[in-house]
Amino acid sequence: MSILVGRDTRLVVQGITGREGEFHSRAMLEYGTAVVAGVTPNKGGQRVLDERVPVFDTVADAVRETGANTSCIYVPAAGAPDAVLEAVAAGIATIFCITEGIPALDMLKVVEVVRAAGARLIGPNCPGATSPGRAKVGIIPGSVHREGTTGVVSRSGTLTYEAVQAMTDAGIGQSTCVGIGGDPIIGTTFLDVLKLFAADPETDSIVLIGEIGGSAEEEAAAWAAEHLRGVPMAAFIAGRTAPEGRRMGHAGAIISGGSGTAADKIAALEAAGIRVAASPTEIPAILRAAGYPT
Amino acid sequence: MKIQEADAKSLLVAQGLPVPGWEVVRTTAEARRAAERAFKAGAAMVVVKAQVLVGGRGKAGGVKVARDAEAAEAAAAAILGLEIKGIPVRKLLVGPAADIVREYYLGAILDRVTRRIVVMASAEGGVEIEEVARVNPAAIHRIGAHPHLGLLDWQARQLAFAVGLGGPHLRDFVKIARGLAATMLANDADLVEVNPLALIRETGPDGAIVERLACLDAKITLDDSALFRHPELERLRDLDEEDPVDREARDEGINFIKLDGSIGCMVNGAGLAMTTMDLVKRAGGEPANFLDIGGGARSDKVATAMRLILADPQVTAILVNLFGGITRGDEVARGLIEARAVQARDVPMVVRIVGTNAAEAAVLLEANHFATASSLDDAAAKAVAASAAAGPGR
Repeated sequence: MSILVGRDTRLVVQGITGREGEFHSRAMLEYGTAVVAGVTPNKGGQRVLDERVPVFDTVADAVRETGANTSCIYVPAAGAPDAVLEAVAAGIATIFCITEGIPALDMLKVVEVVRAAGARLIGPNCPGATSPGRAKVGIIPGSVHREGTTGVVSRSGTLTYEAVQAMTDAGIGQSTCVGIGGDPIIGTTFLDVLKLFAADPETDSIVLIGEIGGSAEEEAAAWAAEHLRGVPMAAFIAGRTAPEGRRMGHAGAIISGGSGTAADKIAALEAAGIRVAASPTEIPAILRAAGYPT
Repeated sequence: MKIQEADAKSLLVAQGLPVPGWEVVRTTAEARRAAERAFKAGAAMVVVKAQVLVGGRGKAGGVKVARDAEAAEAAAAAILGLEIKGIPVRKLLVGPAADIVREYYLGAILDRVTRRIVVMASAEGGVEIEEVARVNPAAIHRIGAHPHLGLLDWQARQLAFAVGLGGPHLRDFVKIARGLAATMLANDADLVEVNPLALIRETGPDGAIVERLACLDAKITLDDSALFRHPELERLRDLDEEDPVDREARDEGINFIKLDGSIGCMVNGAGLAMTTMDLVKRAGGEPANFLDIGGGARSDKVATAMRLILADPQVTAILVNLFGGITRGDEVARGLIEARAVQARDVPMVVRIVGTNAAEAAVLLEANHFATASSLDDAAAKAVAASAAAGPGR
């Protein structure tokens, strides 16, 4: 099974003719993802990526002609909110928005529409998701993965690659690895992904990679304490040394008014019975100690 | 981006909110003239406030009231000589001091959990709201504004009644609360705070005493990601209070935050950059900075990042940690080689490059005698050892 992306994924890439869009669409195709369409207004009728992928003017056209059910957005920040809304209107069920730097109030409005339509948005400012051996959507390098049964959810990009690489090196494969994004307003939260993993028969253990800012890790910990007893889990929190009041790169990574600190998050996770690694390289050992099948 | 109180007040005024008048001055003589004008206009007292972007002005002696122009000049002299949390005071706000009957708190924030603009009100105004939240959280009333509709009248009324502002001031409170949400939407703000929102007493033209609500302080932070569509707000950036190094980083698209340690860090990705700092600390060192070079970092950007790190005299070792995804390892290696050739001073460097084109990068680094590391833990340990061997920075 896996979650969010898998063998049933039929992907339309919005912004496929841009530099990023084309580069990553090629990598997704090579990984085995069914990239069935691209969308760039006024470039409909072309074929890209060695003629393998047809380009359409609108997402609605792409859906009608190819049966696309998932979208991945590489459109620049000024146009990305509109791209998400176009995907929703075309009936796309799962939308990944990779774009970073989208104004937060735009996302507030977009998330409202996505919720009302019953669609799912992952991101923005996220690396996407990979279900190893099945499909990858986004920008996570395929090489870090290994097929397996551990679900990974993270707010970060390269830190996710680092943690997943450490798991792969230690022989722990992943069912699905999801980057939910580092912005304050995102479509899918830690908790949403935990619930999906809990319902996925092919996921038997979970790794949670958080960072300072907000309280999403605390909410996830509270839910896990109640609903994921007996599921082997491990966590990592970035930003133990981050100063207060400074935005640490991600718009969402800021300690304000003394809340959102790494110490608070670590305490909440440990209280929920989830051990927190001091380094990404310790994640495999913690997962095994928590009962991951050796 | 934080903006000064006076600029924040201007944004409130633009939405029709009641803010007593003010002037911004830079010298004691200007402060005196501004005070004279305020007294002439009928003020019984004037207030002189430091304009700095850090909190805690009052406690630091940055806010004073004066009974006459001489006292205002003296207050200005005292405040202009202050450094508040390391920031020298360069500007002052001078205006009539209100006769305060009661202080309230009113604020609008972007709430990530509910994904709404949350408007908060409290009858416990004039003190730090974080303190109220800690001591008496029930005293803060919140309501979520609809992202498309803004704060509605009934929502604002609900807040008014909750803080005891029903009655004669209900309509004004509703206007102010809705104006706060409107200020947020109009300017792409993350936070709009009026603390205190005060009930003030004034003598009307007919000599009668009247009470009305007024915004006596204002704090606004703007969403950096939205500044591209607000060129007029970009001009409010206070370059006086921005470190030149921060400015260079921003211009180059590098996320850089200076810290107090001795180990410079160059990393791609914010989460990994924080993790690298954490592991330096864990290995017994202190990170000198947070630096996220961003995705697809090309060699010229690497050179800039190196210059930013070395501008800090405390730096005695550098740790480079890059996980190539979009970023190509060999490109970064070339950038490091070029940067080292021209850099101002030589400090030991430990380099770890993994992911895309890591093998090509390893060959380049080896040929140019860079110290390398396999794991992140190993890299942190080596950088800490190199820093310790180099002794204290200048």
